[in-house]
Amino acid sequence: MELTAAFFYLFAILMIASATTVIVAKNPVHAVLFLIVTFFNAAGLFVLLGAEFIAMLLVIVYVGAVAVLFLFVVMMLDVDFAELKAGFIRNAPVGLLVGGVVLAELVALFVAKGFGLGMAKVTAAAIPQDISNTEALGRLIYTRYVYFFEAAGLVLLVAMIGAIVLTLKHKPNVRRQSISAQVNRHPATAMAVVKVKSGEAIVPDAVTKREAAE
Amino acid sequence: MNLLLEQYLPLAIFLGVALAFVAVLLVAPFLVAVSNPDPEKVSAYECGFNAFDDARMKFDVRFYLVSILFIIFDLEVAFLFPWAAAFGTMSDLGFWAMMIFLAVLTIGFIYEWRKGALEWD
Repeated sequence: MELTAAFFYLFAILMIASATTVIVAKNPVHAVLFLIVTFFNAAGLFVLLGAEFIAMLLVIVYVGAVAVLFLFVVMMLDVDFAELKAGFIRNAPVGLLVGGVVLAELVALFVAKGFGLGMAKVTAAAIPQDISNTEALGRLIYTRYVYFFEAAGLVLLVAMIGAIVLTLKHKPNVRRQSISAQVNRHPATAMAVVKVKSGEAIVPDAVTKREAAE
Repeated sequence: MNLLLEQYLPLAIFLGVALAFVAVLLVAPFLVAVSNPDPEKVSAYECGFNAFDDARMKFDVRFYLVSILFIIFDLEVAFLFPWAAAFGTMSDLGFWAMMIFLAVLTIGFIYEWRKGALEWD
């Protein structure tokens, strides 16, 4: 039990320290890298709680995919520190307002619930005794929570279409490979045998057509 | 300590050993290696010219598209893990729920393919 507590404090301290670094880091790329450290420590905390599946999901989805997305977004921005600082002063009142509202809500929640003690009645044990964590989730998601599951699929579909509509711009006049056209070529359409009389030249049809078009 | 966390103890020891090993490899060169810098040796060298501009250039927005499409299919696969783990005891409802989920995402995949989002240009 002491070892569990030691690991909890290790993960918790590292997580809070790296989360603070995410906020205060000057370089956005460093902030994203510390965010990855935060995700790893959160995964460790989930393992300590017995929520193995969520811990692994955190590593696969958040570290493997979301952090990469954040890195790309950060690298797509033209990071100008002078401009960032000017924006900071201008946006500080709004940021303080939003942060203050969220803080007030959290404090109100903790006061009302007695620092989470009231929550214990509704949470189930994270580790069922006879089956694994992942299997327990599997028994619930696809039957009892099937509508939420299908809604998640629709949300993913909307995200996919939205990302394509917003960011996909094909350059004009790009000649793409057409595999079916390549495969369907055969000698009759691809080449011709032409008799050339001595002393004469041959102008291919394609060249005469192009010159006529120009 | 319960059984589950005991199974994770070797992983924690492995990570600890790996971290210690990396720390030793990172610190050792500073202590052991010969370091004799002069301005010419430490300056950036680019074919005899000074560096033209900053190496930190903006990335193309198309990387974002590739990345977000990857996340979406990553999440789709994440939903398949508990489904596969509980498959033995699953009712027909569970089976067809996943089939509908996969069909919805296949619609998205066909859209993405036909729009040419998987091609670079």
